[in-house]
Amino acid sequence: MICERGLEVGGQRSDFEDSDKKGDESMLDVLLARIQQKHRTISYPKAPAPKLPDRYVGLPVIRQENCLPGCRLCTDVCPTHAIFRDPNLRLDLGRCILCRKCEKSCLKGCIQFGSDYRMSVRRREHLYMDGQAIQLAESLDAAGKRLFGRSLKLREVCAGGCNACEADINVLGTVGWDLGRFGIQFVASPRHADGLLITGPVTVNMKEALLKTYAATPSPKLVIVAGACAISGGIYAGHEMVCDGATGLLPVDLFIPGCPPHPVTILDGLLRLLGRIR
Amino acid sequence: MSDNLSNLFSMPNGHAVDIKSLDRLNISQFQETVMNGIGQGLRISAMFAHPVSSDGLRIWAILTHDRQSLVVPVYTDLKTRCYPSLTPQCPQVQGFEREMFEQWALRPEGHPWLKPLRFHDAYGNTGLSKSCQSPVMGVTDFFRVAGEDVHEVAVGPVHAGIIEPGHFRFQCHGETVLHLEIALGYQHRGVERHLIGGPNSRTIHYMETLAGDTTIGHATSYCQAIESLSGARPSLRALALRGVALELERIANHVGDLGALSGDVGFLPTMSYCGRIRGDVLNISALICGNRFGRGLICPGGVAFDMDGQRASELRRRLDDVEADLNSAIDLLWKTSSVMARFEGTGALSRDLCDQSGLVGPVARASGIERDIRQDFPLGIFQYTQIPICTGDSGDVFARAYVRWLEIQRSIMFIREQIGTLPDGNSVQPAADLLSDHLTVSLTEGWRGEICHVALTDDQGRFRHYKIVDPSFHNWIGLAMALRGQQISDFPLCNKSFNLSYCGHDL
Repeated sequence: MICERGLEVGGQRSDFEDSDKKGDESMLDVLLARIQQKHRTISYPKAPAPKLPDRYVGLPVIRQENCLPGCRLCTDVCPTHAIFRDPNLRLDLGRCILCRKCEKSCLKGCIQFGSDYRMSVRRREHLYMDGQAIQLAESLDAAGKRLFGRSLKLREVCAGGCNACEADINVLGTVGWDLGRFGIQFVASPRHADGLLITGPVTVNMKEALLKTYAATPSPKLVIVAGACAISGGIYAGHEMVCDGATGLLPVDLFIPGCPPHPVTILDGLLRLLGRIR
Repeated sequence: MSDNLSNLFSMPNGHAVDIKSLDRLNISQFQETVMNGIGQGLRISAMFAHPVSSDGLRIWAILTHDRQSLVVPVYTDLKTRCYPSLTPQCPQVQGFEREMFEQWALRPEGHPWLKPLRFHDAYGNTGLSKSCQSPVMGVTDFFRVAGEDVHEVAVGPVHAGIIEPGHFRFQCHGETVLHLEIALGYQHRGVERHLIGGPNSRTIHYMETLAGDTTIGHATSYCQAIESLSGARPSLRALALRGVALELERIANHVGDLGALSGDVGFLPTMSYCGRIRGDVLNISALICGNRFGRGLICPGGVAFDMDGQRASELRRRLDDVEADLNSAIDLLWKTSSVMARFEGTGALSRDLCDQSGLVGPVARASGIERDIRQDFPLGIFQYTQIPICTGDSGDVFARAYVRWLEIQRSIMFIREQIGTLPDGNSVQPAADLLSDHLTVSLTEGWRGEICHVALTDDQGRFRHYKIVDPSFHNWIGLAMALRGQQISDFPLCNKSFNLSYCGHDL
């Protein structure tokens, strides 16, 4: 008995169609639902990426020229110390959680978050932004592309992730994104995997499991880190119970920034790595 | 309230009280009060300890009275590191007592299940040597069933799917699960300790990532706590927008879980559709604030993004599409006998067990308990509008799934109503400094159930202690109990019908 405000609203077994007797009708319902749901797989990357909302926060742009000497407004408000001076203003996209506090604090408009979703890079140092264009991920070399270019099996390891990065990785497997059409698949065992996709700041309690999973993955193998946590620890950087991300523990082949990265940012990174887009 | 409870201070949800005005109980009065409360149908929403002097600890119990919408905070001070455990008479405190033992070496004498909860070192000086203190992750005295044909199955921490880590230890006889023990702690990031001394620039971001799928729920609880301590009053408009965001979060997660349940019984149409529709709901949240999980939307004093007319009509249009797609996708579940055969009777929890274990949210409602913060402790927009509570009575996977489906429909109606009649007002009111030496309790009905935040301030108005109780903290034991006598192959199905948070538990 299913109730609402204490009144029965249905939900007894007898309330539902007895589909044992009406197998054909049930099949018809499935077909009707199929028509209602339509074909929804996006055409990206052949067509442009899906339209992102107007309030979406994408790649930041730094304008050094207006920056006031000695001003600390942005560095003081940043929760992850992603923005700093050395002596030029620099923003570490690997630590940035795209909260826009720096942008709002700046009197001169030196930091502006745009709508560009492309952020993935191959080397940690490429995440330091100081006004130059970001050096987006290059594809694997010829041998790497031959191995993984048309079939990449990944084992995802969540190591302290809050389930937001994980959720938006899961989204790539839905019919809307259909990751399988690129030959990319998430597999259940590291033994079946060509590499790891790691999320979370790597808690002390997950470190051993992560390293064992890496060891159990046959070589040659790739390591991809997604989200500020996995790159640098994110807002958990410096906690006793985390290892400040996977970057210091394993050799990383692809960095996907964000908190969490939008699915299209993750897909863009994976496809760049495989040389499917440039 | 009767007995000694009527003499105690009680307050509504989202109120702050001067700690000095509360009576300190001795340990036996404290325990008697708690047990009296339980006897009269109150629940324990939080129980925790924090140091008050070099060697003394203060234990708080936050009792909640669903019928009278009252929160009863009680405390006692302890100089010793042990007290008689309440767990044997009151199972719902088992997790809290284990937590206090792990954090402060505060030993509940007679606790039947005194094992690590999160596998971390004790806080501060416990008087024990380092080697006794440091637990090794996942190494504990697992309960074992002995006998011929009995076997053990271990799963995790790394799971087959893209989900968070935890360890499950099954004692099986053939296919039948005799006992399931769940060991968590892999996700422990040490958040609560870093909240002390706050609020600071990281605080809101911790709240948004306590459980990333409950960003709005936890951020709302936090902001309500801040507002009660600072006297800030968000406008009705801001409260309405918070409510819309909270219900969108509920819809997105329920839809995702109904799809996953469908996948777990091998019914692919609904699985495929729900996976995509969930994304459409997340994109509605992104329409409001730019982020699919609602990051940056909820802030102390209100919401950081306003809703213009054009955005509101776009939201309504998308919600209509979601509703039409959902009706066709979810209806298939109830019409398909192979789905119903797997849902019905699987993983059933009795109402009594839910009550004794202090379970919350759709899990408790599926077993017939009318328990919902939006009705019982209304705060924010829920003071002005009501969402009907949906309950089931079979307590099985079917009831949990069907209750969630009804909640989705009620949430859609709620959002439509709110967006159609958005009051005027500023989106955010400035927040003042926090009151010093106060305690506040803030409850929110997240999509998994009751989210409880308790903030205590020091003489400077900074957090002396901040306690977070995610609904998963109450409900993990429910999953373990639901598996008893079930086939082990039904574990994924049962698990998904709860879909509890690992990081929300581990903090």
